[in-house]
Amino acid sequence: MTQSVVVQVGQCGNQIGCCFWDLALREHAAVNQKGIYDEAISSFFRNVDTRVVGDGGSISKGKICSLKARAVLIDMEEGVVNEILQGPLRDVFDSKQLITDISGSGNNWAVGHKVFGSLYQEQILEKLRKSAEHCDCLQCFFIIHSMGGGTGSGLGTFLLKLLEDEFPEVYRFVTSVYPSGEDDVITSPYNSILAMKELNEHADCVLPIDNQSLFDIISKIDLMVNSGKLGTTIKPKSLVTSSAGAVKKRHQKPFDAMNNIVANLLLNLTSSARFEGSLNMDLNEISMNLVPFPQLHYLVSSLTPLYTLADVNIPTRRLDQMFSDAFSKDHQLIRADPKHSLYLACALMLRGNVQVSDLRRNIERLKPSLQFVSWNQEGWKTSLCSVPPVGHSHSLLALANNTCVKPTFMELKERFMRLYKKKAHLHHYLQIEGMEESSFMEAVSSLSGLIEEYNQLDATKSMPVEDFPRLSIAV
Amino acid sequence: MSIVTVQLGQCGNQIGFEVFDALYTDSHCPQGLCSKRENEAYQASCKERFFSEEENGVPVARAVLVDMEPKVTNQTLSKAAQSGRWKYGQHSCFCQKQGSGNNWAYGYSVHGPRHEESIMNLIQKEVEKCDSLSGFFIIMSMAGGTGSGLGAFVTQNLQDQYSNSLKMNQIIWPYGTGEVIVQNYNSILTLSHLYRSSDALLVHENDALHKICAKLMNIKQISFSDINQVLAHQLGSVFQPTYSVEGSCHYRRNPLGDLMENLVPHPEFKMLGIRNIPQMSENSLAYSTFTWAGLLKHLRQMLISNSKMEEGIDWQVRPPLSGLPTLGKASLNRGLHFNMSIANLVILRGKDVHSADLGGFKDSALYTSWLEPINAFNVWKTQRAFSKYEKSAALVSNSQFLLKPLDTIVGKAWNMFASKAYIHQYTKFGIEEEDFLDSFTLLEQVVASYCNL
Repeated sequence: MTQSVVVQVGQCGNQIGCCFWDLALREHAAVNQKGIYDEAISSFFRNVDTRVVGDGGSISKGKICSLKARAVLIDMEEGVVNEILQGPLRDVFDSKQLITDISGSGNNWAVGHKVFGSLYQEQILEKLRKSAEHCDCLQCFFIIHSMGGGTGSGLGTFLLKLLEDEFPEVYRFVTSVYPSGEDDVITSPYNSILAMKELNEHADCVLPIDNQSLFDIISKIDLMVNSGKLGTTIKPKSLVTSSAGAVKKRHQKPFDAMNNIVANLLLNLTSSARFEGSLNMDLNEISMNLVPFPQLHYLVSSLTPLYTLADVNIPTRRLDQMFSDAFSKDHQLIRADPKHSLYLACALMLRGNVQVSDLRRNIERLKPSLQFVSWNQEGWKTSLCSVPPVGHSHSLLALANNTCVKPTFMELKERFMRLYKKKAHLHHYLQIEGMEESSFMEAVSSLSGLIEEYNQLDATKSMPVEDFPRLSIAV
Repeated sequence: MSIVTVQLGQCGNQIGFEVFDALYTDSHCPQGLCSKRENEAYQASCKERFFSEEENGVPVARAVLVDMEPKVTNQTLSKAAQSGRWKYGQHSCFCQKQGSGNNWAYGYSVHGPRHEESIMNLIQKEVEKCDSLSGFFIIMSMAGGTGSGLGAFVTQNLQDQYSNSLKMNQIIWPYGTGEVIVQNYNSILTLSHLYRSSDALLVHENDALHKICAKLMNIKQISFSDINQVLAHQLGSVFQPTYSVEGSCHYRRNPLGDLMENLVPHPEFKMLGIRNIPQMSENSLAYSTFTWAGLLKHLRQMLISNSKMEEGIDWQVRPPLSGLPTLGKASLNRGLHFNMSIANLVILRGKDVHSADLGGFKDSALYTSWLEPINAFNVWKTQRAFSKYEKSAALVSNSQFLLKPLDTIVGKAWNMFASKAYIHQYTKFGIEEEDFLDSFTLLEQVVASYCNL
């Protein structure tokens, strides 16, 4: 079994990270009734004897003593991390695994990337090496950050290159929160585009998220909860937005509902690697199957169900509804329209009491309405994990490599160009050592290249699927 | 003589468990429908082939479990141990921490050489426990990374190290509509390598097994466990003991050798398939009776029309009139394509086996012209019933049955290869475009050979 390390960068990254650890504890507490430190838990947590001073306290088997998250917390201002360390989750984090500063990055990618990058490079490497040493077999780094600000965006992406050089064999999965149209940070387009270049070049896999989609999911749930329809009492633990039943009781904060959705995404993504099932899917399989060409590694995610109704009977129809929902826009974590764009690949990760026949039936049912690229007509990757998420009998996470991300990137590029043409706020960036106009041009060019690759694939959409002529053999 | 089984990857290990379980359960089945002496001889023969004795009397499967991550083998070992009836050897498992990521190249080029010594040592230990070795039975899937890539590597090694022993690979043909996106690449790489190093490929298709679960066993929510149990039943009906020349109470000693001799006359044609009749849920079984005539008639038509089960058989398909040449590639697309056989083996188990009339299988129209039907067709029998079926018949055939699926997989893999999608994942670990081309060339050759029968 392998381990993963979570690196949470910036305010957004750390707030999401905090929710993630909370829900991870809740999930393992529900599955692991006997309190034995097993391989599943070890994927994200260390078992430490807190009486031992220094590093010698790791316990590899036996009863759970004290669980420490395999995490590195990075922020260039102290507020968020301090709050975490004073809150109910303080014991979960190793106080040595954090890097903070006071002044913040001022929503400036260049400050995060160039200034703090070089300032903290050694420290960051040291913390990362430490966390890697604590792992028996480190498979993946999960980086959580936002694209629109300064720290998450700049320092978060600086990390990627470091990780690639220092740990070339370890996967880099990035959860990136993209700025929505009405973002209040004016320079978010600059920060996002500059960060995109790094994601293009150094990430193995990116899960883009946008706040508007998360917000829409919450609204949908609220509507359901408050609709007062008969028989719609919802199990509180099952809400994809709630931390009900969490081991450490935290005060629910404003972004928590949205962050819990992202936390659930990460839990479901890793479930088949941590828990057993009849068709396992490890993290290295995600990259292998969903990334046909190195640059095209942006995956649209959708989660279902969002809640479970209190009545227990789940007839087959409900199960099939779950599959339909996964392909509806209401359940996606980023605004996009995969159904009307081209699928390059699609993964269905199921948890709970779902069997292969349910899977096959639904793939057959949904396939006709989806367009797959000509060379990957049966581009489905599937997994079945026996352990359901807390509060549910089953769940589905769909990851799609689809050209529908193109409009998001094009919009981002447009917003960037509007600012850049007027040279608005540019001096804040150019005054940073190492930043020149060419940095911007390179970043735009990288994004344009990516958009062009998607364009070329889209162009094949309306063409008839023809088989390539086969090798002819002299008999 | 004994068979050493090597179970590779999640699929291989999950199936392996069901196979040993089915073999054990059948051999200890009280309803053998034969004399006590007969039953004891049967049990002893099964035991010699598949189990060795442990101190406290619990039989130990003659198997080596290999996987590159621990979850499945842990489960498999404990399921067997918990049953209390048989188990795997304590030290028969080789396991690593990080899987092959569905990457054939990783399984073959990285895991293979890295763990070669450990894995071959484990196999050697198992071989040493055998008084006499019939050969190896390697269970693996084609779609993933470990079963397929590491499986191909291990088979090659077995060929080098045990050149006098036979190797039969049980390979799982994945569902047509994807389980793994790169399954077609993994499959063609596996098939081309195994074609060079294995003696016979026993193929089971997930789609076929699934249909059997749905239509014949009437299972509503089919799980992989159900599918694997059907597979295990089919394998059991072939590998359980049958009479040698001496007949009653004397069982064949070299199952693998006999299978190869009967079914693989030419190294270009080594893909074998199994059909089994009857197959049904236990509930239905209680209300059914069969005649050999009925069973064999259905089985023959299943062979001719390339049907995998006794429901939905196309009775229109007939063997061509002798003397007419068979069509070449064009016949791939013809609806009423008749499934030409190279060799067939029918295995009969149960009541009144000696009265069964196998004339239908001796028809020369069923076979290619190279062998006389008397050599192309063989029968094995035993009075001892199999797994609660009063009468059961299995057919192992070397025929054109896999032609269309093989052609389909090669076609899809070729389309993907032409667009270069996913190739970077393979070249990263030393499998170059040339290796792909070599595989395609070999398989196109195989397709053409089967097509022109």
